[in-house]
Amino acid sequence: MSYTSARLQKLFDNLQQSERGGLGIFVTAGDPDRQTSLAILKGLPAAGADMIELGMPFSDPMADGPSIQAASLRALNNGASLASTLEILTAFRADDQVTPVVLMGYYNPIYSYGVDAFLSAAIDAGADGLIIVDLPPEEDNELCIPALDRGLPFVRLATPTTNDQRLPAVLKNTSGFVYYVSITGITGTAAVPRDLAAAAVKRLKKHTDLPVAVGFGIKTAEDVAAITSVADAAIVGSAVVEQIRDSLDPSGQATNATVENVLSFVATLATGTQRSAPAG
Amino acid sequence: MSTHLNTFSSGPDENGHFGNFGGRFVAETLMPLILDVEKAYLEARDDPAFEDEFEYYKQHYIGRPSPLFLAARLTAHFGGAKLYFKRDELNHTGAHKINNVMGQALLARRMGKTKIIAETGAGQHGVATATACALFGMECEVYMGAEDVRRQKPNVDRMRLLGATVVPVTSGSGTLKDAMNEALRTWVAKAETHFYIIGTVAGPHPYPAMVRDFQSVIGEELRWQLEAFEGAGRLPDTLIACIGGGSNAMGLFHPFLDDEEVEIIGVEAAGHGVDTDQHAASLAGGRPGILHGNRTYLLQNDDGQITEAHSISAGLDYPGIGPEHAWLRDSGRVRYESATDTEALEAFALCSRLEGIIPALEPSHALAYTGKIIADLPADHIVVMNLCGRGDKDLEAVLPLLDEMGLLEV
Repeated sequence: MSYTSARLQKLFDNLQQSERGGLGIFVTAGDPDRQTSLAILKGLPAAGADMIELGMPFSDPMADGPSIQAASLRALNNGASLASTLEILTAFRADDQVTPVVLMGYYNPIYSYGVDAFLSAAIDAGADGLIIVDLPPEEDNELCIPALDRGLPFVRLATPTTNDQRLPAVLKNTSGFVYYVSITGITGTAAVPRDLAAAAVKRLKKHTDLPVAVGFGIKTAEDVAAITSVADAAIVGSAVVEQIRDSLDPSGQATNATVENVLSFVATLATGTQRSAPAG
Repeated sequence: MSTHLNTFSSGPDENGHFGNFGGRFVAETLMPLILDVEKAYLEARDDPAFEDEFEYYKQHYIGRPSPLFLAARLTAHFGGAKLYFKRDELNHTGAHKINNVMGQALLARRMGKTKIIAETGAGQHGVATATACALFGMECEVYMGAEDVRRQKPNVDRMRLLGATVVPVTSGSGTLKDAMNEALRTWVAKAETHFYIIGTVAGPHPYPAMVRDFQSVIGEELRWQLEAFEGAGRLPDTLIACIGGGSNAMGLFHPFLDDEEVEIIGVEAAGHGVDTDQHAASLAGGRPGILHGNRTYLLQNDDGQITEAHSISAGLDYPGIGPEHAWLRDSGRVRYESATDTEALEAFALCSRLEGIIPALEPSHALAYTGKIIADLPADHIVVMNLCGRGDKDLEAVLPLLDEMGLLEV
C-alpha cells in the first residue's frame, strides 16, 4: 500500500535529487496566539523549513516534555481548538501550496470532533498527513485506515523499542514517511549520537522504501547536519518552541521579537541541511 | 474491533476492549512495554506458584480476608434493609489499594524489574506502593501533583519514611491526571528497568483487567462470608461502592456481574453537584473519549480538551473512570449514581458516630447514596457496601467543615 501526498512526494524527490537532507519544523498551532502562530508558519518556508509539523494542542500531551506541554497550554489558554488549528492551516495554504504540512497531536480532540468530519476538514485545509501519537497499529481501525481510505497519509512513529518482530506491523499502514523517534523518552531531551541514528535508519530502511525522518532531541544546526547525513530529514520541535517561550513578555504574550527569533533560529538550523557541498 | 461478550464477567477481549471501551491508546514507545506486561501477567495468572505467593502476602501482610460486618446501628438508623460493610479499610495501609499493589509488585519482581513508578492523587496508592517497595527492597518513585503534595502532607511524609522518592508534578493543573501523564512519560524513558504500578482500573490494556483481577478478592471473599451470616447460597441483593477510577468497585462487583439477581450500584463524586462544573462524575457529566491509554467516559470540553475534576475526596478527583465501568453502564448491568461533597461529609460523621468507624471520604460517598435508598428497601433485603478506606487521612480537611456544619456537637 502506498499513499502519499503530492507535496510530500515532491519534497522527498527534490531532496534526493539535490542530495540534501530535509528540515522539518514543529510548532504548535495557536502558540502563543493565533495571529503570531500564523505569522511564524508563513515565514517558516523562507527561513529554510522544508516541511512543517503543525501541533494540534491537547491538554494532556503524554509523550511530550515540558516545552511542548507549555506550548499546548499557551495556545489553549489563548483560545486554540482543533477548529482553529485547521483555520490556521487554511490561511497558510492560501499563500503556500508547496510546503508539506503534517498535523501532529493526540487522538481525543479528533475523536471529539468526529473522525469523518475531521478527515474532510483536514484534507480541505491542505494537510499532507497525520501523526497521531497515541494511535499505535493496534488501534489502526480508529483513524489510520479511514485516513488512508481518503488518501491522507498516516505517518507512524517508530522508536528504539520497536523491535524487529514488531517493525513490520508498525510499518504496514505507514505512509508519507516514517518518523523515527530517536530516543526512548519524551520530546525535548538530549540528542541521539549520530552513529546510533545511522544504525537505526539503516534498520528501518531494510524494512521500508519510505523516506525516514528523525526527530526528538535535535536542537542545533550541528545536530541537524549529523542527522541529515544519515536520514532523509531531521525534525526540530522543542528547541523551536523554546524560542517562542523565550520571546514572550512576562504575561506570556507575544512580543515584536517572537516571530523574528523563531525564524532566525530556523534559518540557523537550516544551515545544517547541506548533505554535501555543492559541486564546483 | 469491539467483540460481543457472552457474559458480563468475561471481558475484555484480547485487545483489551470492553465493548467500545478500553484498548491500548499509547505512544509506540510504550507499546512493547505494555505487551510485555500483558504477557507476563497472563503467565503469572496461570501459575499456581504466583497465586500461592500472592495468597501468602494477602493473608500475612495485608491481613486478608477483610471482615464482613453487619452495621447494626446504621441499619436501625435507616430503618430499612440490612446493611453490611466489607471492611477493606482494615487492610494494612488502610485501604483496598494494597491488594492491587501487592499483585503488581509481585509481577514486577517476577519480571526482574527492581524499580517501581507510581502515580498518586490523595497518596493512598502512593503509600501502598511505597510499602510494597520497602517490603521487597525495590526502588520507588511516586509522581504526585504539586497541589496534592501540599494538600496531603501526611501521606507524603509516610512515603518518604518508607523510602520512596515523591516527585511533585507541576505540569498542567498539578493534580492526579497530570501525575499520571508524568508517570507515563517517565516510564517511556526508563522502560528497560522500571515497572509502572497503576493504582486503578484505568490505563492501557492489560491494566484495567489486571487491577480488577487483583482487587476481585474483595467480592470473592464476600460470597462465602455472607453465607456464614445468612445461610448457604444467599447472595447480596444490592452492592454499593464509590467510584473514582473505580478499582474498589470493580473488585467488589466483578465476582457478581453474572448473578443477574444482584443489583449493583456505583457512586460517583458529585462535588458541588453534577449540574455544576465542579464535580468528578465522568459518567453522569462526561462523554466518551481517549485519555491515559483507554477509551472511556471523560470530563472534557467541546474541543476534546480534558477538564478538571472536583471532589472533596482527593481519591475520587479524576476526570475519567475505568473503561469496564463505562461498558457496564452502557450495557445497563450496573447503575451509576452520585453523592455530593456535603452528602459525603454528613455520611462521614454519621458512620463515625453510629458505628465507631471513621470512614475515608471516598466510601462516605457510597454510604451517602446508601442512605438515600435503604429506608425504602424491605428488612430482609441485604445491602453490602464496600468500606474501602479509613478516614484518618481526611481529618485535617474534614474537621473544620464538620464543625461548620454543626456535626461535631455531642
